[in-house]
Amino acid sequence: MEQIELKHVYFQYPNGYLANEDLNLTVKKGEQIAIVGQNGAGKTTAVKLMNGLHKPSKGEVIVDGKNTKKFTTAQIARYVGYVFQNPDDQIFNQSVYAEIAYMPKYYKMSASEIKNRVEESAALLKIESFLDKNPFEIPYVMRKFVTIAAILATKPQYIILDEPTAGQDLKGIEVLADLLKILKKQNIGTVTITHDMDFVANNFERTVVMANKRIIADGKTRDIFGEDDILRESKIKRTLAGEVAVELGMGKCILNIPDFLQEWSKLEVKDGK
Amino acid sequence: MAFIKLKNITYTYPLAKEPALRNMSCELERGKFYGVIGENAGGKTTFCNLLRGLIPHFYRGELEGEMTIDGQEIRNIDVDILSTQIGYIFQNPFTQISGVKKTVFEEIALGMENLGVPKEEIIQQVIEIAELVKIEDLLQKDPNQLSGGQRQKVAFASIIAMDTDVFVIDEPTSQLDPQGTESIFEIIDKLKKQAKTIILVEHKIDLVAEYADELIVIGQGEILAKGDVHQVLSDFSLQTRGVMFPQAALLSKALSEKGFDFPNIPVTKSECIQMLKERMR
Repeated sequence: MEQIELKHVYFQYPNGYLANEDLNLTVKKGEQIAIVGQNGAGKTTAVKLMNGLHKPSKGEVIVDGKNTKKFTTAQIARYVGYVFQNPDDQIFNQSVYAEIAYMPKYYKMSASEIKNRVEESAALLKIESFLDKNPFEIPYVMRKFVTIAAILATKPQYIILDEPTAGQDLKGIEVLADLLKILKKQNIGTVTITHDMDFVANNFERTVVMANKRIIADGKTRDIFGEDDILRESKIKRTLAGEVAVELGMGKCILNIPDFLQEWSKLEVKDGK
Repeated sequence: MAFIKLKNITYTYPLAKEPALRNMSCELERGKFYGVIGENAGGKTTFCNLLRGLIPHFYRGELEGEMTIDGQEIRNIDVDILSTQIGYIFQNPFTQISGVKKTVFEEIALGMENLGVPKEEIIQQVIEIAELVKIEDLLQKDPNQLSGGQRQKVAFASIIAMDTDVFVIDEPTSQLDPQGTESIFEIIDKLKKQAKTIILVEHKIDLVAEYADELIVIGQGEILAKGDVHQVLSDFSLQTRGVMFPQAALLSKALSEKGFDFPNIPVTKSECIQMLKERMR
């Protein structure tokens, strides 16, 4: 089966801290899910289990039929690419080009293939103009894009983005939204951790909610934002359009501005003119 | 009277080909909360470095034009004295945290120790600030073993502890979840109520629009707009310059494109609800 599967997964750090409890989750190839929840809810630990950076203390993680316990992280990471939350934890090369080319080189690809992959990945993140620069000379958010490009260049089956929207401006958010569309077309599975509910509402059909080390909800984004109990427990807020709709008595299932427009047009409203 | 004055400021970093700031002129008043917004790499952080005297005293490079802080020309200012007047919270909490202190408590106390504040006073201050920033449970922890979000809060606490009149704050919430972000904004709001001057760089425009008095829009090294929050955010042409607009404004814009016009552009949720309620039968 082409999917990432977490079955009753628990994870305890060596210092004894239990970060994940009884996680059950399936991400099919080509599927795109958002993981949301407060800092400390266990989101990053959960995704590190998906690419073998962590091995479950109890339960199993199966990637395309392979139990992560029986393979090295390097073997699993070839299927599941993880982009670190802090780009400075990932970057170690002297130029943006070398950083993106590193894994394709490691996999002993031909020179032309390496070049193609670097250029293709850089173009997707719109960082072509930085290829010759030292990664530490470019802004933090651009370094984040470098790390995403570096993982894309390995052509994984699945890609995990850990808070890609943090600190991004309008253009950065657009680049990420376009990237998701392209990955969807390429049938690459994506798991995205984010605190940006507008980004979730506008780009993800499926959302997984974590709170207190556990998955407390997994379903259609629209349904999740309609459930007051889930929102309360995970301390997640609706988007502004959603909150305004609730306040105005227009229902709980308005996800974003396009939804709002549709519902508003059904109402009888006074002409402003 | 203007507290900080910039007149035709152009600044180029050492070895850079292009200036990072171009012909900037503006005046900032005491006691106001300024939100600094605009696209990344547009000059926002450089602007902060200037306000804090890091330019020209630390970064060197080429500075043209005139700038005064509290009447003193920036080039002649003593940066050590300036640092007791203007607190600077860096964008990256990993830069801010000293790395030399073993506990969060000592980290927050570091600045006050350097100023020679009496020990009893330091202890009381640290406890008060930790409560304010909601990091009481972190006080005995090692600052180097905190998560990104926790570090950001500790960095924030250590600067507030300095109790300066002006705070320059560069993206304090980039690593924080929505609750953490709101609590930072609540603290900034408290500082504002204590008549502190606040200059905040932040992408989370919905919150900036709610709390700030004025916006300074920076892009490609220039000040693209400056003024009252409503006035600046009524100019949607700034979207083409990479400026994010609050969801409330975007919703009203989307509605007006469908033929529902509104007299003013709402920038906060409550304004938006108010305006829409008036239109419901």
